[in-house]
Amino acid sequence: MTTMTTLTGPVLVLIDHHAGAVRPPTLELLTLARAAGDVTALWFGDGLDGALPLLAEYGVTSAYQVVIDSPVANAMHLPAVAAEAVAAAVRQSDAALVLLTSTFENKEIGVLLAREIDAGIVVDANGVTVVADGAVETNQSAFAGTWSVRTQITTPRAVVAIKPNSIPAEPAPLSAAPGVVTVTVTPSEDALRTRIVERNERVATGRPELAEAQVVIAGGRGTNGDFSAIEELADLLGAAVGATRVATDEGWIEHTAQIGQTGVTVAPKLYIGVGLSGAVHHTGGMQSSGTIVAVNGDPEAPIFEIADFGIVGDLFTVLPQLSAELRARLG
Amino acid sequence: MRIVVCVKHVPDLQSERAFDAEGRVVRVGGEGTLNELDENALQVAADLVAEQGGEVIAVTVGPAAAADAVRRAFQRGADRGVHVVDDAIAGSDVFGTAVCLAAAIRRLGAEARVDLVLTGMAALDGLTSMLPAALAAELGLPQLTLAARLTLADGVATVRRDLDNATETLTAPLPAVISVTDQINEPAFPSSLGIMAARKKTVEAWSLADLSVDPTAVGAAGARTRVVEATPRPPREHRVLIADDGDAGRRLAEYLIENKLV
Repeated sequence: MTTMTTLTGPVLVLIDHHAGAVRPPTLELLTLARAAGDVTALWFGDGLDGALPLLAEYGVTSAYQVVIDSPVANAMHLPAVAAEAVAAAVRQSDAALVLLTSTFENKEIGVLLAREIDAGIVVDANGVTVVADGAVETNQSAFAGTWSVRTQITTPRAVVAIKPNSIPAEPAPLSAAPGVVTVTVTPSEDALRTRIVERNERVATGRPELAEAQVVIAGGRGTNGDFSAIEELADLLGAAVGATRVATDEGWIEHTAQIGQTGVTVAPKLYIGVGLSGAVHHTGGMQSSGTIVAVNGDPEAPIFEIADFGIVGDLFTVLPQLSAELRARLG
Repeated sequence: MRIVVCVKHVPDLQSERAFDAEGRVVRVGGEGTLNELDENALQVAADLVAEQGGEVIAVTVGPAAAADAVRRAFQRGADRGVHVVDDAIAGSDVFGTAVCLAAAIRRLGAEARVDLVLTGMAALDGLTSMLPAALAAELGLPQLTLAARLTLADGVATVRRDLDNATETLTAPLPAVISVTDQINEPAFPSSLGIMAARKKTVEAWSLADLSVDPTAVGAAGARTRVVEATPRPPREHRVLIADDGDAGRRLAEYLIENKLV
């Protein structure tokens, strides 16, 4: 008996895009998908044509463009509607594996989709591989990054949501642009019971998205609301700025900057936390970061227990000195 | 308003958390607690009932120790509590858990209409945030997830939620399943009166047979995922901790450049 390590059908990758641009974590998904099988991209809304060259560069062989046939405003942004549309694309393409980025919206779409197509689902994964008999296995971290877990999906179809910054994205160019297939989906009445009466897309800050950034600098109570030294360093490094719940509750920075178990989860190559103690509510959202740097005046702060490089000192002297030194040495 | 709040017994965040040989989360009775985000859901329910009258029913699924979550919900104003408990439930995935909760909620609904099902936006052990949507689908109800604000008027729920790229206002007719974030309120500490009253209340234990749930549809038998391996990660190595004596910023710059981090 031979054991097949290939899927029974293509890998369907939901392409996250914002303001016409493909989100960087999607390229990680495409890189993972290529190793698992033939890659089909799934695109909601307009703008697919402009993205086809990039999709070809990342090895996409065909692209499904979803058209939601409904007069309801923002229908494609309703998770239940999106799940029905992805399910239709799965049936049409006979995909064996669906990959999404692990955002709150996508996790909701993913679980509804998995229920619809009788698939097992793993979210917040760092990797996905096809093992013996075409089964899908995932890797993820648990308990604030202190455990590694390997999970097998035991159903013929699998849905996996991958965290940003899980792997380096690598192109694998195809000479031909992917063929485009239009999938028109009429949402069920049930899926339209929830309505979006208002939707405001966030204005770009010029900085990378917190969840996607390679470098994150976070501030807490110790900033006393003064994020200027953090902003200066962030501008220098092209970093995203994050915060603890205390800092967002105080109104020092917008709520969407909150890193932690109830906010954004980050896993950048470099995390720098200043003026924050390292309460578990915060560290649960950043402990998988590559290198952790902490600056805090209190030598007993728990953040130092997980920091690769810890400085007991005043952030208002350490950060400006750091910025000046980096500016001088990096030019 | 008749409100069901789904609650979960989770390992204490401050405690050592682990997996057992079967890849299941180790839940030690003494170290468990009520999932913090469920406190927000219970507070929403208590506020609504204080305003409009009605009943709050806490429902949980899990092994014997999980009844603790319902008892803590009593302290936070739940009038009644149900614990779905059965050996066959162990090892359930999100769909199995949703089947158990939905069966209990349907039984409560058969007694009298359930207007609202509330949950926390995530359980702070697994953090997947998948259960609310899975439960809504299982119950055949609309869902509103990640509510940072909630208002009810004329049988319609309106919530505001913050997503990665957008802020949305959504509506759904009741009954609906609504998951709430910690932005929605500041849960009150249980009052001594509440703690006293909680002692007099009894947790109702319902088995899968009581709920006519097929035991092979839930638990490890019905799960669509299986943990193959769970291993603790080694602690970080080569860690540096220095006190700033005037050049810590420069030393950090050196470290970042040397390790190609900038």
